[in-house]
Amino acid sequence: MRKVAVVGAGMTKFMRRAQETGKELAWETAKLALDSCELTVKDVDCVVMGTAPDAFDMVHMKHEYLSDGAGAWRKPYVRGVLGGGTGVFTACQAWYHVASGMFDVCLAVTEEKMSSCLPHPQGAFVTCWDQFTESPLGTSLLWFFAWEMNRYMTSHGITEREIALVSVKNKKNALHHPCAQLPGEITVDDVMKSEIMAWPVKRLDVSPTSDGAAVLVFASEEVAKRITDRPVWVQGVGWCLDTMYIGQRDLYYPKYVEYAARMAYDMAGIKDPRREIDIAEPYDPFSYKELHHGEGLLLCDKGEAVRLLVDGETQKTGRQPWCPSGGALGVGNAIAATGVMKVAELFWQLRGEAGERQVPGRPRRGVAQAWGDEMQVGTVVVLGV
Amino acid sequence: MSEKIKSWPGTPLGEKEIKEKRILVTEWQPNLKYAWDTGAGYGRDFAELKKGKIVGTKCNKCRRTLLPARLFCEWCFRTADEWVYLKDTGTVNTFSVAYTGTAAERLKVPRIPALIEIDGSGGVAIMHLISDVDPWKVKIGMKVKAVWKPKQKREGAITDIDYWKPI
Ligand SMILES: [Zn+2]
Repeated sequence: MRKVAVVGAGMTKFMRRAQETGKELAWETAKLALDSCELTVKDVDCVVMGTAPDAFDMVHMKHEYLSDGAGAWRKPYVRGVLGGGTGVFTACQAWYHVASGMFDVCLAVTEEKMSSCLPHPQGAFVTCWDQFTESPLGTSLLWFFAWEMNRYMTSHGITEREIALVSVKNKKNALHHPCAQLPGEITVDDVMKSEIMAWPVKRLDVSPTSDGAAVLVFASEEVAKRITDRPVWVQGVGWCLDTMYIGQRDLYYPKYVEYAARMAYDMAGIKDPRREIDIAEPYDPFSYKELHHGEGLLLCDKGEAVRLLVDGETQKTGRQPWCPSGGALGVGNAIAATGVMKVAELFWQLRGEAGERQVPGRPRRGVAQAWGDEMQVGTVVVLGV
Repeated sequence: MSEKIKSWPGTPLGEKEIKEKRILVTEWQPNLKYAWDTGAGYGRDFAELKKGKIVGTKCNKCRRTLLPARLFCEWCFRTADEWVYLKDTGTVNTFSVAYTGTAAERLKVPRIPALIEIDGSGGVAIMHLISDVDPWKVKIGMKVKAVWKPKQKREGAITDIDYWKPI
């Protein structure tokens, strides 16, 4: 397989509600990403699209609707859907389009417009459960996260206050992200006092719903070396799906993330991710998820992520910063676009272009991860310079 | 190039713009109706629920109980061997005290959704609701028992179990 580089990135602000249509968001961002590496749509050989459930917009086959904004016409075009795991998978998909040797430049476009769904996009999930054994119970998406957080906390003896530190850290990191929707200086007490959504999940443990788009440009080694002196290489990709029967896996640990991570690390030649990875962007739609996913990414032992957090090791200035972008909790959670926002953060950090968010010590390798489908898919990308 | 990009696309709108109709929107409310066949596996499952019994299937290769009952073992990738009756008691694997409903609306009275490991299944859990208890007294590991709807009200659905109650 050929070497593949990320050579350009762009994103919109993440917003509770954008005036722009999804198509316009896709177009503005695709143009921004191409401009960032001085390419035009004519240089693009193929396009991959990542956008999560059609039900958010109720535009069926949304990838078709978004295709002109994505620059896809008269080009090979495909959409991959892995629910919340879509964004990082879109990067995996772009990678294999180029690595295969079939295409030299691939545009990876992700877009989400969650605000169209009234009164709340959570209602759009009503048909994604088993229609016989789950939906009739009046299932809410939040139940899943609450169950998982409770199981995770109870299995390891972790407290809600400790988990709240993730929200505090990420919202603070997001203060320096120009596209952030909910940055802020908050305290553990603020999180604890915020209203209970589905205990143990409280409002400030949850990322906001967002409208937004994020785009990456992938290129073959030959093209990358021609157009930039600072390519960021895709060193590893991985993805894995676990059982959909939620009662048949123990929620305390995301095994599917571990499998996806092992696939990516093997490809990257990483033996000890704790030492060989400088920055991580685990998916953090909920505060506990950053810890849960960090463990699945083998960045610490099971149940130990909270120690790294409390000891400051995952802070921006710590030994291995987690979510220096501000994550979904701070920047916002435009599902598929958030996955790509995380990969874009690695790209900017590894090039030393992250401005006030730049982590010290010239990071050389990072991992980004997303999670989704029926809460049992892991998608992982390792980038390095 | 985060540092080099000076202007980021996107025009955020607030609640005000929407409420005051300062932006144009086109609204549509779908009115669709579907009938989903239960299939052979769930069909038997629900017929048993109507009788007040919880049933699973068993794979004799990996010795797992398959619950909800289904016709094939997805790990061994072979047909399940037999139907097995399980108890209507179990253990709380995990739970929530939920103040939000399906569309994220606030609930005055919280619901207690839980994963319940069914006795006799070897620790396999199903999704259901706990009730008739102070929500803040529920614990992981608590024993619970199914409270069935009266016979005449059962319709062959997961909701034929009204809720689960601590014992
Ligand atoms: Zn089996």
